[in-house]
Amino acid sequence: MPSPKLTLTGISKSFPGVKALNEVDLELYAGEVTALIGENGAGKSTLVKSLTGIYQPEAGEIRIDGNPVSMQTPHRAFELGIAAIHQETVLFDELSVAENIYLGHTPRTSLGLIDWRKLRSEARKVLDEMGAAHISEDTQLNELGIANKHLVAVARAMSIDSHIVIMDEPTAALSHKEIEDLFTLIEHLKSEGKAILFISHKFDEIYRIADRYTVFRDGEMVGKGLIKDTDQKEIVQMMVGRSVDQIFPKNNIKIGAPILQIANLSHPTEFDDISFDLHQGEILGFYGLVGAGRSEIMQALFGITRASTGSVTLDGKRCQFRSPADAIKAGIVYVPEERGKQGIVADLPIYQNVGLPSLHKTSRSGVLQLAEEFALAREFTEHLDLRASSLSQPTGTLSGGNQQKVVVAKWLATQPRVIILDEPTKGVDIGSKAAVHAFMGDLVAQGLSVIMVSSEIPEILGMSDRIVVMREGLIIDTTANDGTLTAEQLVMTAAGISEAAA
Amino acid sequence: MRKLLKNREFWLALALAMLILGVTLRAPGFGATSNLLDIFNNTSILVILALGQMVVILTRSIDLSMAANLALSGMIVALLNAAYPGIPVPILLAIAAISGAILGAVNGLLVWKLNIPSIVVTLGTLTIYRGTIFLIAGGQWVNADQLSPAFIATTRLQIFGIPLLSWFAILIVIVFFIMLTRTTIGRALYAIGVNPMASVYAGIDVGKTKFIAFTIAGTVSGLCGYLWVSRYVIGSVEVAKGYELSIIAACVIGGVSIAGGIGSVGSALLGALFLGVINSALPIINISPFWQMAISGAAIILAVIFNSRTSRQKGRIILKSARVGK
Amino acid sequence: MSDTQIRHIPDRLDNPLRSAIFSWQSLLLVVAITIFVANSFATPYFLNPWSLSDATFNFTEKALIALAMALVIISGEIDLSVAAIIAFCSTMMGFALQFGVGTPGLVAIGITTGLLCGAFNGALVSGLRLPSIVVTIGTMSFFRGLSFIVLGDQAFKGYPLSFAYFGQGYVWWVVSFEVVLFLIMAVIFYFVLHRTTFGRQIFVIGNNPVTAEFSGVRVRWVKFLLFCLTGVMSGLAAVLLTSRLGSTRPSIATGWELEVITMVVLGGVSILGGAGSIIGVVLAALIMGLVTFGLGLLNVPGIVMSIVIGSLLIAIIALPILAGRLRARMER
Repeated sequence: MPSPKLTLTGISKSFPGVKALNEVDLELYAGEVTALIGENGAGKSTLVKSLTGIYQPEAGEIRIDGNPVSMQTPHRAFELGIAAIHQETVLFDELSVAENIYLGHTPRTSLGLIDWRKLRSEARKVLDEMGAAHISEDTQLNELGIANKHLVAVARAMSIDSHIVIMDEPTAALSHKEIEDLFTLIEHLKSEGKAILFISHKFDEIYRIADRYTVFRDGEMVGKGLIKDTDQKEIVQMMVGRSVDQIFPKNNIKIGAPILQIANLSHPTEFDDISFDLHQGEILGFYGLVGAGRSEIMQALFGITRASTGSVTLDGKRCQFRSPADAIKAGIVYVPEERGKQGIVADLPIYQNVGLPSLHKTSRSGVLQLAEEFALAREFTEHLDLRASSLSQPTGTLSGGNQQKVVVAKWLATQPRVIILDEPTKGVDIGSKAAVHAFMGDLVAQGLSVIMVSSEIPEILGMSDRIVVMREGLIIDTTANDGTLTAEQLVMTAAGISEAAA
Repeated sequence: MRKLLKNREFWLALALAMLILGVTLRAPGFGATSNLLDIFNNTSILVILALGQMVVILTRSIDLSMAANLALSGMIVALLNAAYPGIPVPILLAIAAISGAILGAVNGLLVWKLNIPSIVVTLGTLTIYRGTIFLIAGGQWVNADQLSPAFIATTRLQIFGIPLLSWFAILIVIVFFIMLTRTTIGRALYAIGVNPMASVYAGIDVGKTKFIAFTIAGTVSGLCGYLWVSRYVIGSVEVAKGYELSIIAACVIGGVSIAGGIGSVGSALLGALFLGVINSALPIINISPFWQMAISGAAIILAVIFNSRTSRQKGRIILKSARVGK
Repeated sequence: MSDTQIRHIPDRLDNPLRSAIFSWQSLLLVVAITIFVANSFATPYFLNPWSLSDATFNFTEKALIALAMALVIISGEIDLSVAAIIAFCSTMMGFALQFGVGTPGLVAIGITTGLLCGAFNGALVSGLRLPSIVVTIGTMSFFRGLSFIVLGDQAFKGYPLSFAYFGQGYVWWVVSFEVVLFLIMAVIFYFVLHRTTFGRQIFVIGNNPVTAEFSGVRVRWVKFLLFCLTGVMSGLAAVLLTSRLGSTRPSIATGWELEVITMVVLGGVSILGGAGSIIGVVLAALIMGLVTFGLGLLNVPGIVMSIVIGSLLIAIIALPILAGRLRARMER
């Protein structure tokens, strides 16, 4: 057995109230890809940050080639040959591609000044080597699309003379083709003898690219080994600590008349010619790859952005929503994908978050009635089984799943007719996911209509009555989910791969 | 060419040229080289200060204490010069710059170590520095007859037909240009303004970089303290009162983004010169100098509107047709 | 999930009294009392009711604007043009005076001009979505510049006798009209900020404007109203100040914007938006007034007091941070 390039032993890191990592171990081997697997909140990102000098672990040891090292700053991590491609694109929009690649380790002249000529030629070389010849080193970064930005992030990692490369969910924002390109690149890195840590949620990718795996659960290492010695079911069991059969509590609700009709909705750059109906008691699933324009349609429907043409008809009446306030008044509400940024007010207490869109109901001539606000918040949060110490607790201190419950409670309190859920289980742990699904069943049972935007195929297939598939701002297909539709068909439609070719 | 049209400095330079041309049509002497050099000389201090302020604004901060720093550092060297006329000018210049650097570093330390928003810190130090002038000068003014001839001559000495004050501005412009484009600290200033999170990942210490920015702004403020006293031959509590906002105005007109990360030596230089040209042009085209303030106010508002128009983002581009169109 | 037993969540855990005792306002109150006591020991003239009443004129006009400024800053914006608005309102009143407009008309003109200036700021910030700090640096020059255009180096004088009441009159004994007006306004602003849906929306916007928008709060409209409100309060302050001084010069109230903001920040309003209280602002106004007045009695010139105010501003924000760090170090 070869000796590992990087060894972590007994690494611990805690934050106020949470033990993010508890004596975890990890080994990376030269020329091999190790997949780090775990649910959200399992401690993967904390580990990445501890490995790149952003966090300082409280206990444990990091060894490279058997020698203990310490990483006090991100710069030290560079020097030790550790390069990371982070989950969020941590790049600089207003700077050039070349500078983005070399910022923090720019080549300098003998006078100590930045050597722009060398910087640009080195950047060119790195980009060419990794097969990104189409990106010019002089382009300002904000002129690139998300996939190309990602390639720049990879180039940045390559530009460091690194032996260890960390990729934290590198495929999250990439299309099918771009993912293939990335895998080619990873193979190339492997052949150069680099030790790679690959973090992903997607099992197909892990099986495709990884040689080894390490599983984290709740900040602890619960298993590791060779990919070829295990199967998917075993890894999932390690991840969640129990065997999980995802059950979707799809009740048999009688679908009623159409209540919301969208016709020919268009936007200059985001979507075109969008038409669909939503029926009473229906769950309408919207599937597509990330960036297919689903959220953009929902935000236009909710009055955040304006569509240029097309009509929205609610209960047979033409409506035009100039702002979310108009949409809410009409009974359409939107649970956004970016919960922290768009869903909650982190520093304000739960009851104020829940009561926010219903203030006109809990107040008298504009004067707050705290008792009524608390009563409203209690009614809707207790029904959702919110776990909180009190209704005055700042919402930002809750876990992701509980924050989601606050957002949902906030909207249910307005007694809407149509609820739009954008990636309702994103960042929610597996246990709470089932609760969210059960709850969607309750909603339609009460006569609401639900639009669910989701990128998770089991969720789409398990919950939707009908499925709308989108690609590049267009509706490609609308089908009844009668049990004959398969996951493969969905993916191929969304990715634009014709059946004949497959 | 397309790149040029998107360039803010290009448009501002064009506007400035049009302005000078327009005024020259009414008053032919205005466009003469000697007059333009005069305007530059009159604007030199504002140019230097605007560069210092820009460095701070790049890092998503603001320094409201620059004018007070200038006045205090100026008073220190004025008092020294009055008491010990023998101290050579270069030493006094260095003292002014060091005093400014220390005052700037105080701002920087409070922002860096205590994480207090810069607007609050500099609001506080602004009043403290002004008050200190009164304390050290005992409420007195330093007048022309108390200053040594060498002190007063510093800004007036002509080299190649250009006053030394202008040479100071030119030197500082060059130093800032090299610093902002060719040094790692210069690029770090941009980086933390564009994306502080990404800067941390790139190994840049955000707090320390802000500290450096405030120290730089302080240093040029101190230097300008000397230049101001030498040029206007007065040291008092009232020196440059309210000037902090003119400095910021010059940056804003030049297109420096208050949100950080956007701005160049050209922006600060042109923004300051724009204000300078307007100030000199008004009396020449027979507009009362009392119009000056309203006009520069209007210029700021227009500049902000213009800059926001050019940088506004228009939704995501998802449709293929839209991509082709672009 | 509806079958499981419903878990009860209490409204609040902490004792409201306890949290009030350890709040920013209590810290300010302690500071205010200390300064008050120190002043009364330092000089025998301090406790005279008439001199105390005189002291209030130092801060009531600024404090009136601070009430509105607090709302603007809590909403995440800032208005640097308030002093310039005062100058312009005063100029407009003086201008109207030349046409023989009487006291009620002057007051109406002062306040309306303030409203229009505020609406102009609000339109630029909300309508064109520009950053308020640069917009109001611009309008600050613009409004005061307009006053200079009208007045040059001249002054408007000769305001009617009845007009003098606002800035010089007493409602009862030593209680001036300015103080009464300020107290009434403070109560109204307290009620608006802490007891109405409008106030709640201000906090939400300051904390997270995107969530506010997504929750149906008309963010830009609320901000527009806040700038209008600040304009109105500046107009009101212009009426009081013009009445007190009995004349208008374009340089009136120079530098007040920074003093007003200092008052608001000292009062515990977060400059980043989303937090603050009217009680804090009122106490901060009181502290600034007491410091200025007390040092004045000790013959310390005004400019030196600014050192105290400036240090107080930084210290009162820095001390809790330092204390927190010290506590964290001791616990470790």
